[in-house]
Amino acid sequence: MQAFTTHQGIVAPLDRSNVDTDAIIPKQYLKSVKRTGFGPTAFDDWRYLDPGEPGMDHSQRRKNPDFVLNQAPFDRASILLARENFGCGSSREHAVWALTDFGFRAVIAPSFADIFFNNSFKNGLLPIALKEKEVDAIFKAVTANPGLELEIDLPNQVVKAPDGSEYAFEIDRFRKHCLIEGLDDIALTLEHAEKIKAYETAQMEKTPWLFNDLRSNVGG
Amino acid sequence: MAGKTLYDKLFDAHVVHEQDDGTALLYIDRHLVHEVTSPQAFEGLRLAGRKPWRTGAMLAVPDHNVPTTNRAGGIVDPVSREQVSTLDRNCQEFGVQEFPMADLRQGIVHIIGPEEGFTLPGATVVCGDSHTSTHGAIGALAFGIGTSEVEHVMATQTLLQKRTKTMQVRVDGELGPGVTAKDVVLAIIGKIGTAGGTGYAIEFAGSAIESLSIEGRMSVCNMSIEAGARAGMVAVDEKTVDYFRDKPFAPTGEMFERAAEYWRTLKSDPDAVFDKVVTLDGSKIEPQVSWGTSPEMVGPVNGRVPDPAAETDSVKAEGMRNALKYMGLEPNTPMTEIRIDKVFIGSCTNARIEDLRAAAAAIKGGHVADNVTLAMVVPGSGLVREQAEKEGLDKVFLEAGFEWREPGCSMCLAMNADRLEPGERCASTSNRNFEGRQGQGGRTHLVSPAMAAAAAVAGHFVDVRQA
Repeated sequence: MQAFTTHQGIVAPLDRSNVDTDAIIPKQYLKSVKRTGFGPTAFDDWRYLDPGEPGMDHSQRRKNPDFVLNQAPFDRASILLARENFGCGSSREHAVWALTDFGFRAVIAPSFADIFFNNSFKNGLLPIALKEKEVDAIFKAVTANPGLELEIDLPNQVVKAPDGSEYAFEIDRFRKHCLIEGLDDIALTLEHAEKIKAYETAQMEKTPWLFNDLRSNVGG
Repeated sequence: MAGKTLYDKLFDAHVVHEQDDGTALLYIDRHLVHEVTSPQAFEGLRLAGRKPWRTGAMLAVPDHNVPTTNRAGGIVDPVSREQVSTLDRNCQEFGVQEFPMADLRQGIVHIIGPEEGFTLPGATVVCGDSHTSTHGAIGALAFGIGTSEVEHVMATQTLLQKRTKTMQVRVDGELGPGVTAKDVVLAIIGKIGTAGGTGYAIEFAGSAIESLSIEGRMSVCNMSIEAGARAGMVAVDEKTVDYFRDKPFAPTGEMFERAAEYWRTLKSDPDAVFDKVVTLDGSKIEPQVSWGTSPEMVGPVNGRVPDPAAETDSVKAEGMRNALKYMGLEPNTPMTEIRIDKVFIGSCTNARIEDLRAAAAAIKGGHVADNVTLAMVVPGSGLVREQAEKEGLDKVFLEAGFEWREPGCSMCLAMNADRLEPGERCASTSNRNFEGRQGQGGRTHLVSPAMAAAAAVAGHFVDVRQA
């Protein structure tokens, strides 16, 4: 996983609440068996005027000039700004892959849906929940000054604006550690392999009906 | 010390290891797998040279991409075909049990889990699909995960989890005739909002929930995620125990009785304290119809499309204006004057046998209206389809002008060929009315199976109690 320590970049304002993962990456692109290549079709229905299908050359499609990510300098943004409940709906991790493939490293919103929030950390995308009035202030600043860059400092848990404003954010200690170090969850968990096996052995006595497969393996 | 909630009991019983910051390694008993969110996880295992920890805890089925007509002809779309055959190959390579497309037991992953007794009370259940919350209806801790976590569960049989907050949603009172589990959950979402349950596990309780069948409780828990909650659950009662008496993967004989004894403990203690309690009067819930592009945009069938001008919260009002524009609706239109083009009866929310019985009963000898170009019934599994045919429901649907299809997710999310064309309006028993969900530019109204069938016959929404 790509590590995250500090990041500075252009902020794209997506002034909507309840942005769902169907909107972030529509279903037809979920047919891919890969983790990459979702960037050109992020927000497909909002971004293009013509319908898209997998395998198309998306650079040849008609872009919707009113959509923020089609407008300079937001087409080069690496920080996405949105309203409450960002990433709701489907669990599709493809939504996170689409955002990172587009070039986003962080999303700032007043709140996030749980599964999206979780998926983000697995891919080095930092979801930052700020207070509603702070998000409002950033929306105003970006509207007044398109191309405004924010600096995100994860070790110190603060977002810094060019005018000197600072916005502190909360983050789970363990998740912060994994992001900063770019750690692989699975390798970490497998350090507890003996504990997992011990748990299974104990549970086979308590709830044996959930372990038919393992019991037959040991001849029971 | 206060007693434990059902959530606490289920969580505590599965903790393998807990860090001092409260991050727990949670053991996963049942892992359901489908073709859309698993290929990258299997590939991850392959790249790291890892094997699944416990294939016996996994069950795979293709459902999102499968065609609902002409199965014998295979999958026409080459991209969909490749995804389904990738699942077949992965299951073979790693030794995972799969019900492939031609298997009678194939169906929507959340329908077949309980139907097979593969998911059981007291188990932790995950799947790379947000509607995994469905399985909470049987007293399981069930929630959707992303593909990275799918790989994590495959490799370690565990997940890193922190305890969430708990919410009790109490629905007391007797539900009126024609008011179903779907109406109950839509009313709940209308009340607490699509983010109302974010950060919580919801336990649905109260006499109205207890009165529901296990299948009805599944419809309710299924849509927990539409209220923002990853997990929804209902306490075990005798209905739950009886449900598993004849399921293929469920324990039998003495082992069943031993399991049942444990299952009966799976309820919140009387003195358990929830972080939040929400109450609804079940007797006041009316048949519901959604009017917008978020499941919280919903109201009673006898109401009207709301007016954004009357909304004081400016962000909300803007959301409503966007939704009405997309839906092609004028404020203050009576719901019963909204005419529809298509009808979809199916999905992991409403494609079980009781749903099909309710839909068939609501047809009442009528015929699909002339303005409805397609009304389709997509059973949740091959076994549901078989049972419905035994009962003659297929004939009721076919004679009324509905199409009778093969099982799969179908037009709930339109990954296969079943979809809405731009501007088409659909009465749908599915779970999401997001923009483009059922096809780019398509307009979805969420309703119960009976309401969908009655709307198909009338050509517009009607109060199923008066139809």
